[in-house]
Amino acid sequence: MKLKHILTGTALAAMVAIPAFAQDDTTTVGFVYVGPVGDGGWTYEHEQGRLAVEEEFGDSVETVYVENVPEGPDAVRVMQQMALNGADLIFTTSFGYMDQTIEVAEQFPDVMFEHATGYKRADNVATYSSRFYEGRAVQGHIAGQMTESNVIGYIGSFPIPEVIRGINSAYLHAKEVNPDVEFRIIWVYTWFDPAKEAEAARALIDQGADVVLQHTDSTAPQAAAAEAGGVFTFGQASDMLEFAPEPRISSIIDNWSPYYIERVQMLMDGEWESTDTWGGIGSGMVGIGEITEAVPEEVRASAEELIASIGSGEYHPFTGPINRQDGSEWLAEGETADDGTLLGMDFYVEGITGEIPQ
Amino acid sequence: MDFGSINPTLLIASLMVAATPILLAALGELVVERAGVLNLGVEGMMITGAICGFIAAVTTGSPMLGFLGAAVGSALLSLLFAVLTQILLSNQVATGLALTLFGLGLSSLLGQGYVGMRAPSLPKVDFGVLGEIPFFGRVIFGHDPMVYISLLLVACVWAFLKFSSAGLILRAVGENHTAAHALGYNVVVIRIAAIAFGGACAGLGGAYLSLVRVPQWTEGMTAGAGWIALAIVVFASWRPWRLLLGAYLFGGVTVLQLNLQAGGIAIPVEYLSMSPYVITILVLVLMSAGRAPGSLGKTFHAST
Repeated sequence: MKLKHILTGTALAAMVAIPAFAQDDTTTVGFVYVGPVGDGGWTYEHEQGRLAVEEEFGDSVETVYVENVPEGPDAVRVMQQMALNGADLIFTTSFGYMDQTIEVAEQFPDVMFEHATGYKRADNVATYSSRFYEGRAVQGHIAGQMTESNVIGYIGSFPIPEVIRGINSAYLHAKEVNPDVEFRIIWVYTWFDPAKEAEAARALIDQGADVVLQHTDSTAPQAAAAEAGGVFTFGQASDMLEFAPEPRISSIIDNWSPYYIERVQMLMDGEWESTDTWGGIGSGMVGIGEITEAVPEEVRASAEELIASIGSGEYHPFTGPINRQDGSEWLAEGETADDGTLLGMDFYVEGITGEIPQ
Repeated sequence: MDFGSINPTLLIASLMVAATPILLAALGELVVERAGVLNLGVEGMMITGAICGFIAAVTTGSPMLGFLGAAVGSALLSLLFAVLTQILLSNQVATGLALTLFGLGLSSLLGQGYVGMRAPSLPKVDFGVLGEIPFFGRVIFGHDPMVYISLLLVACVWAFLKFSSAGLILRAVGENHTAAHALGYNVVVIRIAAIAFGGACAGLGGAYLSLVRVPQWTEGMTAGAGWIALAIVVFASWRPWRLLLGAYLFGGVTVLQLNLQAGGIAIPVEYLSMSPYVITILVLVLMSAGRAPGSLGKTFHAST
C-alpha cells in the first residue's frame, strides 16, 4: 500500500509539473487533496470550492490540484512541486498535512499557504476550519431521539481533536434528549476506505446500533445502513442526498467556496495575511442538510430551533456543566468552552465509555 | 474478556463477505504466478473491474451481468500487460506497477458519470428451509452467489493445478520455461491465458466491492486490497487452500477487530488495527514451507 502511495504521489507530482502556468499576470492557486475528488465527501467539497474560485475569477486565476496525496513525506514533494511551478497560494486540505505545510512554507517564504483544520501558523501559513461540532450537536440531538435500541454507533477516522470534539458534541446532545443513550465507537484509521467503512458500519449494526454517525468520507456506511434496514445515518462533509429520505436523515455539509473566493481575492488585492478562521453554522461554513420526513415533525422542529440558536451565537454546544470522562469538572454551570481548549481536545466527556487511542 | 456482545454467527458470516474480494483477486494472481509471471497490477485490475462491473450492472440492471462485464473488462486490461511482457518482453515488475497506476486513472475516467449512483443489489441465494438452521443456516446458506462462486473457484483451481494435464503444463511453464519450451509447449500462449484468467478474477474481486460490499462507485475504492491479495499469494506459498485460509483469516481478523472495538473491549485500538496483518503473516509464515515457482518473474524468450 505504501508503494502504491509513493508511486501515485510521485506520478501525480510529475503530472502537476507539466502545465506551464507560471505567468506573472495570473494568480495560481494550488490545492492538495487527501482523497479523490470523486469521493462524494470531504475532498469532493473542497473541489467544489476550487471550481467556485475558477468560476469567480475566470482567466485571472489558474488553479491546479493533486488528489490522493498521502499524509506524510509525499505531501512535502507535492507541495514543493506546486510552489516551484509558480503557485502563489496553496490550500492543503487535511489535518495530516500540518507539519509538512509548515516545513514547505519555510522553504518558500513568498508562497502563501492555507492549512485546513490544523493549529500551526506562520507568517505565510494561515489556518481555516469549520466548527463541525456545531453540526454534530444537531446530529446528536436528532440521533438521540431516533434511536430505539439506545445504541448509537460512531465511525471515527483518527483520534485527533477535531474528531473527538465531534464525538463529544454528538454525545452530549444525544444524552440531553435521551439519558439512556450509549455510544459505540470504532476507529478505522483512515479517512477514506469504503470497504472498511462499510464493515465498520456493519459491525456497529450487528451490535445493536440503529443510528450510525460517521467521521469518514465515503458513502459506504450509508449503503450498509440501507442494506441492513431500520438504521439511520447522516451525511458527512457532503449532503449524501442520494440516501435520503432514509437511511440518511440529515447531514453536515462543508461549504468552502465563499472562504476560498474571499482568500484568493485578498491575495490578488495584496491584503492576504496569516489568519485563523473557524467558521460555523452562523457564517455558513457548516451547512445542515435537509432533515427528511423520516424524522418526526416535533424532532425536526426542535432540531431547527437548535440550528437557529447555534447559528445566532445564542447557544454554544459546549456549555457547562460538563465533566470529563474521569469525572473531573471541565466546564462549570453556564461556562462555555474556549476555542483553545476545543482545538486541542483530547478527552471524552463523562458518560462515553472506552478510551481514546493515544 | 467479554465477547458477549459479539455474535459469532454474524461474525463468521461477515468475515466471508469481507474476504471474498481479496480471495478472488489472490486466486487469479496465484494462477498467474504458477505460470511464472509476476503481475503486480492486481490493484489496477481490481479497480478497473470495480468500475466496469458497476457500469455493466447499472446499464443492464443485472448484477450478474455486472460481474461478467467486470471479468471481461479486467481481462482485457490484463491482456495489455500480457502483450507488453510476453510479446514485447518488457520488465514484469515495472509493467505491473504501471498497470496499477493506469488502472487507477482509467477507472476514475470511466467512473466520471457514475459517482453517487446505486447499483442493482445482488440477492442472496435462497436455500429455503436450510437457511433457517441455527448458526449453519446463516453461515453456510446465507450468502450471495459470488461467495459460493469464489469457493467453487478455489476448488476448481486446486483441482486444475493438481489433477489436470493442462494444470501440469501450466506448472511446468512456471517452474522452468526453457524446459517446457523444449518439450514443445507454447510458453507465451499459456502465460497469456493465465494472465487473462488472473485479470478476470481480479475484476470479479473489484466488482464484488463496487456491487456488493460497498456497493457504490467511488474513486480509489479498492484502497490497497490488490496489494493485500498479492501478499496473501506469497504467504499461502502458492497453494489454493492455504490461499482460502489466508484470505478468510485476514477478513476474519479485520471484522473481529472492528467488532471488538464496537463492543468496547479494552485492547488498545492500535493493536486491533494492525492485528489482521500481523496475525495473517504469523500464521502463514508458521505453516508455510513453500517455494516460489522457478521461473517466476523471469522473462522468457524462445531464442534463449
